[in-house]
Amino acid sequence: MSETDPPRPVPTLLDLFLTYGKIGLIGFGGINAWARRVLVEEKRWLTDQEYAETLGLGQVLPGPNALNAAIMVGDRFHGTAGAIAAPGAMFGGPLILLAGLAMFYDAYGEVPVVKAILAGVAAAAAGMVIGTAAKMTQKLKPPPALLAVGLVALVAAGVFRLPLPWVVLGLAPFGILAARHAMRAK
Amino acid sequence: MTATVFWQLVLGFGAISLVSVGGGIAVLPEMHRLVVEVHGWMSDADFARRFALAQAAPGPNVLVVGLFGWHVGGIGGMLTAVLAMTLPTSLMAFGFSRLRARLAGKMWLRIAERGLVPIAVGLIAASGLILARGSATGWIPALVTAGSTLFVWRTDYSPLWILAGGAVVGALLL
Repeated sequence: MSETDPPRPVPTLLDLFLTYGKIGLIGFGGINAWARRVLVEEKRWLTDQEYAETLGLGQVLPGPNALNAAIMVGDRFHGTAGAIAAPGAMFGGPLILLAGLAMFYDAYGEVPVVKAILAGVAAAAAGMVIGTAAKMTQKLKPPPALLAVGLVALVAAGVFRLPLPWVVLGLAPFGILAARHAMRAK
Repeated sequence: MTATVFWQLVLGFGAISLVSVGGGIAVLPEMHRLVVEVHGWMSDADFARRFALAQAAPGPNVLVVGLFGWHVGGIGGMLTAVLAMTLPTSLMAFGFSRLRARLAGKMWLRIAERGLVPIAVGLIAASGLILARGSATGWIPALVTAGSTLFVWRTDYSPLWILAGGAVVGALLL
């Protein structure tokens, strides 16, 4: 932060809870893009760089990176209480909604028109996931070695159905070596 | 929910969480193995429909485990699955959070991140493949999947539009 930046507001614990509650409830299609928008652009609690670094660390650790990031942001402003409030709010609201949806599915999931609608949404969601992977690949522009690591992960998990620990732990050293090589070459 | 199912949820999702990179969707192939292949709790198509249901709701993608837990254990199963999937790694993240200031921007961390991202993306693509297989009951859903792939890949519109489109096609044609 340079001297000329206006001071960044520091959220209260309630702010943190309410804001993460909002992020959870508006976070369609995954949380990360929404969290950045709210925390960096709307609330200005974090700079873009700070948020990216937090998310990057969340990515390296196991677990959903949006959750890891929420824990670190909560901890940063309000210690242990914040680290519970932020992810608790982010999961709480959507979880209540999801329980409602699950009850709906139990009650009406076998009704033909509901089944048909869900089959259509399921087909679209499958495409959405594949399209997301394609888009991420295009944005990352991985060098050939990293692209190969990604493709091996796809084939190993998607076609050969190898267990996830094998795929992740087996490929991580190659991914990291390839990344190191790529960053040195620059 | 029986004690057996409780422990199957705790151990199954807890183990998945410890090796999860890249969030809820990247671990879907492993969840599929657990709930469809190992335990036979639901069919392939049911798996894809439940994912669709979770996707149509807001919130972290990983919450889909709640619907799998709900299916075998009601509300208790939902909470068990979500906690098993999130609590162990959350404690780890909390521990690392205290080191964050020292870790941020470190070269080896950026290298590790860059090396893990392609694995996560590959796993996300694998999830799409598995979901497509579960939902492709004929050529209409297969076309919807193909169209949705192109829509999300080539445009910047919210994916909610294509989910809504899938719902309309489903209601009219399936």
